[in-house]
Amino acid sequence: MTTMAVPRIVSARVHHDDSHTLDRYLATRGYEGLKKALAMTPEAVAREVDEANLLGRGGAGFPAGRKWSMMRKNPTTYLVINGDESEPATFKDHLLVENDPHQIIEGAVIAAYALQVSQIFIYLRGEFALGLERLQSALNEAYAYGAVGHDIFSSGFSIDVVVHPGAGAYVCGEETALLESLEGKRGFPRIKPPNFPAAVGIYGEPTIVNNVETLSNVPWIILNGGAAFAALGEGSSTGTRLFALAGRVRNPGVYELEMVKNTFSDLINDPALGGGLFPGRELKAFIPGGVSAPWFFPEHLDLPLGQEQVDAAGSMLGSGSVVVMDDQTCVVRASWRITRFFHRESCGQCTPCREGSGWLEKILERIEIGQGRREDLDLLLDACDNISPGLTWPPQQTTICVLGPSIPSSITSAISRFRDDFLAHITLGRCPHV
Amino acid sequence: MSASSPVSLTRRSGAPASFTPTHLHPEVLDRARKLIALYPEPRSALIPLCHLAQGQDGWLTPEAMIDIAGLVGVTPSEVLGTASFYDMFHLEPVGKYVVSLCTNIACLLRGALELLEHAEDSLGVKSGGTTEDQLITLEEAECLAGCDRAPCVQVNSRYVEATTPETFDHLVADLRAGRRSAEIPAHGTLIRVQRTVGLAADRDEIARQRAAMAEAEARRAATDGTAS
Repeated sequence: MTTMAVPRIVSARVHHDDSHTLDRYLATRGYEGLKKALAMTPEAVAREVDEANLLGRGGAGFPAGRKWSMMRKNPTTYLVINGDESEPATFKDHLLVENDPHQIIEGAVIAAYALQVSQIFIYLRGEFALGLERLQSALNEAYAYGAVGHDIFSSGFSIDVVVHPGAGAYVCGEETALLESLEGKRGFPRIKPPNFPAAVGIYGEPTIVNNVETLSNVPWIILNGGAAFAALGEGSSTGTRLFALAGRVRNPGVYELEMVKNTFSDLINDPALGGGLFPGRELKAFIPGGVSAPWFFPEHLDLPLGQEQVDAAGSMLGSGSVVVMDDQTCVVRASWRITRFFHRESCGQCTPCREGSGWLEKILERIEIGQGRREDLDLLLDACDNISPGLTWPPQQTTICVLGPSIPSSITSAISRFRDDFLAHITLGRCPHV
Repeated sequence: MSASSPVSLTRRSGAPASFTPTHLHPEVLDRARKLIALYPEPRSALIPLCHLAQGQDGWLTPEAMIDIAGLVGVTPSEVLGTASFYDMFHLEPVGKYVVSLCTNIACLLRGALELLEHAEDSLGVKSGGTTEDQLITLEEAECLAGCDRAPCVQVNSRYVEATTPETFDHLVADLRAGRRSAEIPAHGTLIRVQRTVGLAADRDEIARQRAAMAEAEARRAATDGTAS
């Protein structure tokens, strides 16, 4: 099976060296979507996005149009763009921020018009030094061009955009933690329900938080219509999506593919995409949607890249990052490293996450270095069960945010499939891979 | 913490109108005030201001935090409380170049731990340590979203090519010889980010428009309610 030719929606310009400049943007239909949107009513703009069934590209996959419709009516409201991309092995927003910043700005201003918000903040992770420079330069250009600021394109609509740097905290990708961070505080996720950001967001005012890739789709949707977007893909997974492929493949990278029409095997093996595994290597496992997602195995290769399909198979498409592990990969080490990440990034508010992640990391480490005990496997699962009772998918939650229940995914996946690998560490007294 | 720091971090400041910053340089202060003006509430500028201060001093000093507290209207301990949550803020002096080497899953699968071992051996410091000449601090980082160039390395938040021991040594030699100083500026992710305009849309005018719209909508809804 070969990959289908599809219109590139969000990555149409990125191959140009000057794709981040206003000149290139205007030469490739830039800001035409905004001009068209400003001639429509805000409600009509929102309807197009709703009709497109644009699923959020940040991880949760919640329809953007529905999110917009949930905003509480209020004189002051805000739009916040989530560019804190920190889910391990996810690097798609990185590409858009550095290589097509105007598209993000245009999508954001269109959304702001549809929602009639008072101000836009674009929150980028602080480690994107070049991205921050490119986005701020683009924003300066956009102000000068009249696409942002006072009386945009003489439409009477005004909006300001502020680029805001984060400072290194995975949990700030969680939207309420991001809002806390944007208020100048520690990135502690807020308790919800009842008050989601659309009702009580930044400064207590209604706030819509959308991912960078989500809003990058909006100019195309306005130009071509929500129906044209919904015609791509299948079922509720419409349009295209950026997939970040990493790990033990020949061509790691970001690939834009039509939803559902390609399989994981296409993404990993197609010569124009992942290019397959290294010579002589065999696939052991792969993570379908960021390290919070349960792992997949060779029998899942023919599964289509669609949200419903992956959900039905017991995992999630999440942030769109696919990590490939081959037969040389030590799964104990892999799950140890993922667990250590969660331990380092746990904000510390909830005991199951703060303490549990540390215990799990220590137990996995001693297994990896050959000091584990047979009963450690049950101990691991028991500790996982305390963080997410029942170890089901989607996971039960004992914590304020979903960071906690994401911790067991790699551990339960690795133990249930590769129990022998764990036992080999314990009986050999060392890692068989080193 | 510098030895000559006489002011306690728990001093309450609460942005008195008379607050006079004493530590931040005039051009940094000017940028700080422009940043604060972009937000509905001054405290929102706290993290950007910490980046600016770190750009000035190379790390986040207690003196800078006292200035930031005064500028945004919180106590210095609140600035410390926020800053200590974030990996990018160095509350102790670090080298001129912070070399961050990612060992998270995508990089792990491509030899990151081996590269880290090489880095520690060749620099003679453990992760988190600074070389004797105070030039390089080595850091084991979490995912830096550069997984297509794994193992991913950043110097002062700039992506650099250093995926093998050879290229890593080359990078270090370049840093030592000062050959990368144009490409890799000092600390502070905001050092080269310059906003050329302030807020252009009149916030009060926007609020008035939105309020009028909401009122009209409420009126319509009320009329619909009576009609049905």
